[in-house]
This record gives sequence, structure tokens and C-alpha cells, in this order.
Amino acid sequence: MAGTAPIERRNKRVALYAVLAALAMLGLGYASVPLYRIFCQVTGFAGTPQRSTLADAITAEQMAKSAGGRTFSIRFDANTAPDVPWAFRPRQVTDTVQVGERDMAVFEAKNLSSVPVTGTASFNVEPEQAGPYFSKIQCFCFTSQTLQPGQEVTMPVLFYIDPKALDDPNMDGVEQITLSYTFHRTKA
Amino acid sequence: MATTADTFQAHTEEHHHDADHKPAFFARWFMSTNHKDIGTLYIIFAIFAGIIGGAISGLMRWELAEPGLQVLGQVASWLNGGQADFDQMTHTWNVLITAHGLIMVFFVVMPATMGGFGNWFVPLMIGAPDMAFPRMNNVSFWLTVAGFCSLMISPFVPGGTAAGPGIGWTLYAPLSTSGSVGPAVDFAIFSVHIAGAASIMSAINFITTIFNMRAPGMTLHKMPLFAWSVLVTAFLLLLALPVLAAALTMLITDRNFGTTFFDPAGGGDPILYQHLFWFFGHPEVYIMILPGFGMISQIVATFSKKPVFGYLGMAYAMVAIGVVGFIVWAHHMYTVGLDVNTKMYFTAATMVIAVPTGIKIFSWIATMWGGSLEFKSPLVWALGFIFLFTVGGVTGVVLANGGIDDNLHDTYYVVAHFHYVLSLGAVFSLFAGFYYWFPKMSGRMHSELLAHLHFWGFFIGVNVIFFPQHFLGMNGMPRRYPDYALAYEFWNHVSSVGYVIMALSMLLFFANMIYAFTVGKKAPANYWGEGATTLEWSLSSPPPYHQFETLPVIEDHHSHHDAIGTTPSAAH
Repeated sequence: MAGTAPIERRNKRVALYAVLAALAMLGLGYASVPLYRIFCQVTGFAGTPQRSTLADAITAEQMAKSAGGRTFSIRFDANTAPDVPWAFRPRQVTDTVQVGERDMAVFEAKNLSSVPVTGTASFNVEPEQAGPYFSKIQCFCFTSQTLQPGQEVTMPVLFYIDPKALDDPNMDGVEQITLSYTFHRTKA
Repeated sequence: MATTADTFQAHTEEHHHDADHKPAFFARWFMSTNHKDIGTLYIIFAIFAGIIGGAISGLMRWELAEPGLQVLGQVASWLNGGQADFDQMTHTWNVLITAHGLIMVFFVVMPATMGGFGNWFVPLMIGAPDMAFPRMNNVSFWLTVAGFCSLMISPFVPGGTAAGPGIGWTLYAPLSTSGSVGPAVDFAIFSVHIAGAASIMSAINFITTIFNMRAPGMTLHKMPLFAWSVLVTAFLLLLALPVLAAALTMLITDRNFGTTFFDPAGGGDPILYQHLFWFFGHPEVYIMILPGFGMISQIVATFSKKPVFGYLGMAYAMVAIGVVGFIVWAHHMYTVGLDVNTKMYFTAATMVIAVPTGIKIFSWIATMWGGSLEFKSPLVWALGFIFLFTVGGVTGVVLANGGIDDNLHDTYYVVAHFHYVLSLGAVFSLFAGFYYWFPKMSGRMHSELLAHLHFWGFFIGVNVIFFPQHFLGMNGMPRRYPDYALAYEFWNHVSSVGYVIMALSMLLFFANMIYAFTVGKKAPANYWGEGATTLEWSLSSPPPYHQFETLPVIEDHHSHHDAIGTTPSAAH
């Protein structure tokens, strides 16, 4: 009861602060959309693979030489959303790579419909603790892909497993990593 | 000027009962700005919504009494107008669980605890003449009613597979976005949206009232625990509901305006919806139970004829529950694919909540210890609350474990758990508060015998409903299905029998209301005697339309439990 202002003014002041707090939380709700995306990209949370440059890859390769050669079996998985009329599959289903070694996987896609279709691939790796160590240097999923009617393309992915994976106890039991893609129709 | 003042003065002296002068019926109940009348409206509304929500759960227990589909076909053809096929029937099941969940959470428990008892007794307990913003209080109530109407329209309009929103109270995307075409889901989302807006306004009102309008000398640390519980709850509402509002707005734009917040095709993520929902949803469960904690504290102290044990610990335990409640949300999402470290954090953080909750349970027991207990109906309901809430709390600690939850997620074990803390916890606190304050609100005494019989019927009924659901869940029966394997038949049947017992006991409740309003004795100001020390007991029953024309003054030497302004023997 310390305030000296009339009660109406003090009430309005408290209500104003409360409204501001509510608006701040509303803003935080919306801010969480980009923040969540950035958080996943930076930390590899929920199996979000990393994106890196060729220079990063070369450093990683040199680090790997001193770390010794553990291998991972990589499994490739290709899907399309129901409204994407494509045949989409990996050329080889599995591949074995050494830690730090650059590897190229090739995916094939064919437009089975009679109209051009543009799609963008979403991607993820499993198990999710592998997310921070699965680095892609080049990927068809970085941009949208347009296929003319009947057109068939091969699409490469250039990736490596970061040698830091060997220092992470959560990666101890991991022998196989699945890289999964799903093509969605790009909204015009 | 002086003349006017003199005339006014003379006028009030002529009519001693001016404080009790009430407006005419329409102005009083439809344009009400009086906190007691708005509280009454909220309680009547919550009872009405509770009858509908309870009837829907009756339909569900009827359906689940035996394997196979019993009544669902009739309900589905009623909603869809014509013979319903299997998909429409199972969709109708989803409509029932959606309606039951949303009604009970947003239109029964919240309006009853905060809107009803909060509006009625917070101003009385802190010695305020009314709420800080009486007009906004009126808007809150009628917005809640509007939200309820929107929800009641939704089952009768197309919702995708069949009529109605079949999405669960969590409204998860993508089922609630691309999974349900038609306006039903929009009506349901809109309903929660405006009920949420109403609650934010009422939270602002409570915070302002409690901070600014306490009687002279009523410091925060002398404030009754019920007022404390409403203050903490108001903060939870203020900070959690806007996040839900953001998520719901995203759902609406995803559905209707082509945004892709939760659609992977446009770079969105449906898991983000779950994070946003549960960032609101976990504080929401404390929003439902904290006012109950407050009421139980008043009741236990009253009937033990002792001040509550560890007053400050009790107040700050509620603050701690509120704060920690904001950082445990992902324990509702253990199976979406969280990594081990995240699960470990959320497991540990969730279990921490058991500490302040334990402080409250043990303090209630310590309050009763050595007290001269009087087993009036409010105390009996309060004891039921303490016992059943503890059972629900223990299964909560079990479910808090990320590893165990992988097995129990979305089984009937979870259903049993949250009904023990809500249907048996929050609802028991509501009935305890109702029998505690009903004569104060109405001026008529209810029948203690009927209140006790109601208690025993309800206590046995809800336990027979929900205890067997632990067994069903541990045996792997999943939630949200209208049918089940033969192996689950026995306990499902028992559970449905429990519903009948519970429903019969509710008849005693309504009989008690009829008794009170027809032959019930007039209630004195303090009908519970020396244990009831808070300010509402210093006023008549019911209190005058405008109370505290002279504000009560709390002296420095008064403790939080001293009776102010009256002595129990002086009460007529």
C-alpha cells in the first residue's frame, strides 16, 4: 500500500505491466518458430544434419587420419509426399564409410506425370544423436528441383561423418546411420 | 456542492441497507460488474458445462463397457444425420474425447476455480470492495460463455471424416490442420482461443486486485493461502495462455491462409506445435490444481481449528510449483524422438516438482496433527482430495521417467494418472470448496448428511472408474479407441460400473441443492465456528451486495490466521 497515486492510476499501471507480459509471451510464441529452426540447425537436435564447406571437410579428413578408422554403415531412404508423382530412390541402399572420409551417394528421380513438378526435399538422420556429426557438403536438398514430364535425373549428396563423433559417448553404440529424404511439392 | 454531499449523506442514513441495494434482474445478471454475482454466474456456468462434459464421459463409459461398438453408431448417425459407416463412427469417438477434454478443462475446472471461487472470495479475503476492473470481469465471463457456444456448435458441422472436431483436447497438427477439413476444427480452435482471452483478462484482473486492493495492513505475507494460490495461478495464466494463443493462431493460419508453421512441405515442423502446446499445457495442469490447493489449505485449517502449518512454506511451495511448471513441458512428449540427454533433463526437472508438492501434502497433515478435527463435509472432501491427489502424484512420478513413459505413453495408465489428479483431485477440491462456502454464498445451509453421502458415493464411484485403468494401461490398452481386445473386458466393465455409482452420487448433490434452497436453514455469518478466521466470515451470509464500506484494518500484531473484525462468539 506504498503508492501515493489514486487507486485507479495504480490499477492501470499494474494492468499495463500485465498486458505487456502477456504480449511478450505472445511474441515469444511466434519467435519460437525461427528460434526452434536455428536451434536444431546449430545443435543437430532431433537428428538435423549439419551443413559444411569443403574446407571443413578437408580439416575433418586430416583429423580423422590421426583418430583411426572407425566405420559407419550409412543407409539411404527416399520418400515422396502423396502429391508428388515421382519415382524417387537411392542408387545404392547402403554404403560403408570411414569416419572423416568424403562419400558421394546418388539418388535417382523420375517425374511420372505429364506436367512439370517442382519439389523440395526435407531431410533427417536417425539415430538422432548422429545429427551433429552428419555433415553435408553438397546436396540436392539445398535447393528446389524441377522435373519436366517424364524427365529422369540423378542427384548427388556429398557428405562425411565428423570425427568428433568418436569423442561422444552417445555415439558409442551407433553402427548404422540412416539418411532419409522426403520430397514435398514446392508451393508456387 | 455541500448541499449535494449533505443530501447524499442523509439518503444513506435513511436506508440502512443501501449496501445491499441490488439492480433489477437483467441489469444484475447480464450486465453484472459485482464480483460476487459474476462468481455466482461462473459457478452456475461450470455446473451446467460439467453436466454436459460428464454426460459425454457417460456415453464413453457406456461404449467401453463391452468390447465391440455399442452406442457409438447411434451417436454418429445423430451427429451426421443418417446411417454412419465405421470411419464416421470412430471419428465420432474422437469428437467425444475432444469435447470431454475441452469442456472439462476450459469450461468446468477453470471457470469454477478461478472464475467462481476466485471471484467470490479473493476480494472478500483481502478486504477489497470489489475486483480492480469490474467491467472487464463481466467481459471475461461472457467471453467464456461465447467460447462454450462455439465449442457446442462444432460437433454439428463437418469436420473431415465426419461431423465434429476429432482431434483431442491437444489439437495436434497435422491432424488439426491438413487432417481435418471443414469448419468443425475452426470452431473448436476458436472456442479455446476466446476462452483463453477471457482467462488472460481475468488473470490481469486478479493480479491487479491482489497487488493494489488489499485492506490496510493486509501484507502479502498475511494474505490467506487461497488468495496466494489465485495470485500464482493468475501469473501462470498470464504467461502460459499467450503462448497457446500464438500456437492456435498458427493453426488457424495453417488451416485457412496457406502458412506452413507446422507443415514440413513448407519447412515447418509439427513437433514445434507440440512444444508450444505443452509449454502452455503443463502450466495449465497447475492452473487447474493450484486454486484447489488454496481451498484445501483454508478448509484443513478451519476444521483443525489451527492455523495452517508452515504458512510461508505453503505459499512459496505454490510459487515454486508455478515456476518449475514452466520448464518441464517435454515430459508430455517423450516419444516424439527426444535424445537421451533431453529426456534425462525433463525427467529430473519433473521429479523436482514432487518436492514442493510434498511440502504441501505434509503441511496439510501437520496442520491436522493434534488438531481438534471436526468431520464436516468440506473436511471430508478435503481429506479425499489429499489422499487421491497423492495417488495421482505418485503415478505422475512414475510417468515422469522417460524410460518408463516409452512403455506407458498413450495407455490407460496415463488416463488413470491425470484423472486421479484432475477428476479426483481438482474436482474433490471444488466440492470441498463448494460445501465450505455454499452457505456463505447462498445464505442457506445445505444438508450435511446428503453432502456426506454424496462424498462416499462419489469417492467409491470415481475410484472404481479410475483405479482399474492403471491395470488396463499396464497391460497395454491404448487411449483414444472406442473398442478393445477381449482381454481388457473385465476391468473396463468394472470401470463403467464405477461411472454409474458416481453418477448416482451426483443426484444427491442436486438433491442437496434443492434441499438448501427450499427448506435449508438460514446461514449465520460464521457457521463453521472458531476455526474459520478469514475476512469473509466477518460478513453476513450472503455478504451485503457492496461489502467493506469501511475497509477492515489489519494491525501489525495480527498474524495471517487471526480473525479480523469479529470474534467467533460475536457472530450471530
